[in-house]
Amino acid sequence: MAENNILNIVLPVILVLFAPILGGFIMGIDRKLTARMQSRMGPPLIQPFYDVIKLWGKQPFISSSIQPILAFGYFAFSLTSFALLAFGQDLLLIIFTVAIADLCLIVASLNSKSPYSVLGGKRELISMMSYEPILLLMAISIYYVTGSFMVQRILSLNYPLLTYLPLVFLALIPVLIIDLKKSPYDVSASAHAHQELVRGVFTEFSGYTLALVELGHWTKIVLMLSLVTLFWATPIIIGIFLALILFFVVLVIDNVYPRLNWKSMLKTTWSVGVLLIIANIVGLISRVVMRI
Amino acid sequence: MKIMTKARLKSPWVLHYDCGSCNGCDIEILAALTPKFDAERFGIVNIGDPKQADVMLLTGPSNKRNQRVLKNLYDQMPEPKVVIAIGECACSGAIFHNCPNTNGGVDKVIPIDVYVPGCAARPEQIVDGVVLALQKLAEKSEKEVG
Repeated sequence: MAENNILNIVLPVILVLFAPILGGFIMGIDRKLTARMQSRMGPPLIQPFYDVIKLWGKQPFISSSIQPILAFGYFAFSLTSFALLAFGQDLLLIIFTVAIADLCLIVASLNSKSPYSVLGGKRELISMMSYEPILLLMAISIYYVTGSFMVQRILSLNYPLLTYLPLVFLALIPVLIIDLKKSPYDVSASAHAHQELVRGVFTEFSGYTLALVELGHWTKIVLMLSLVTLFWATPIIIGIFLALILFFVVLVIDNVYPRLNWKSMLKTTWSVGVLLIIANIVGLISRVVMRI
Repeated sequence: MKIMTKARLKSPWVLHYDCGSCNGCDIEILAALTPKFDAERFGIVNIGDPKQADVMLLTGPSNKRNQRVLKNLYDQMPEPKVVIAIGECACSGAIFHNCPNTNGGVDKVIPIDVYVPGCAARPEQIVDGVVLALQKLAEKSEKEVG
């Protein structure tokens, strides 16, 4: 029993420490796969690490005194929410903590005179508004199936959540697209819209603050992918496989579709996304009612 | 610290500014960034933000109207940085040399590290120029680290 307890603490700690590094590799895979889809060679797998190390060594240009703190806050809160997940804590708390992380980024970008940064910040706020309801409804539908918001409870289930919540799983695809900042929903910080946005929310960050923001972004990606993993938590290897499949689907969507504006993002997530989840919950309820 | 120099060489983010070019060199720069030449395999990303850029690509002779912008962009780029003048106009002013409305080369406004001649400079030459600039970046990086 004592052995089990040590494993329960050591394993999450290791996971939390390696989450940003894992995220860096995921971003590297992302760049490599995207390049292959465009019939290019692509950068090496560890390219994101080169970028972050380089950014760390650049001369810092700080646009406001609170900016470094907020950039660190973005990273710290992302890591905290992943830690909550790794230790099997409350799903709602995880979602709220990652919202605080996003708020740090938004405040940092709005706290400057650059119009690009302010526009990116506003759009980041809108994209947050688009996917937060889906995450919240996901937590509620998981509660409906398992009777608990605790991740620990999900990890101890002897049936996969996916068999009960297939539509909720589908609704997570736009959430992943928005979080990875991929087209069609890369409204807040696009790699493909220099003329319109420059770098969106990231415009005012440079040097080590941008490195911190990158680390935070990686951690957030890992968090989102591990939320997907929960849909097949026993055995976890199938869940990881599912997350990677969803990640690949997101990359294909990114390379196939052009960018859309924020209105279509909000419309899609609030109509299709929310309807999918409601349909799923209604289906579950009706099954229970029919049995009675 | 060798790792920092290596990271700098492996991820040169590029800022492209046209100070009065005929767009010939700009088209060639964008051609060098297309999937055919695949600049991203060297970690080169065309970034629109001077605060995050390492390499500045300049085309055109620069004139009295845009030299202030050029100076401003240069100052906004954090150290270590390198500047590449692409095309005859950016190098010396070319056919605009001694024209009263142009400066006759961007080196009249800001210090240039690498000159890439040609009208217009070919993508292969531009990639060659960036490789040269990276050697200069490595020197600067070594000097800064000590």
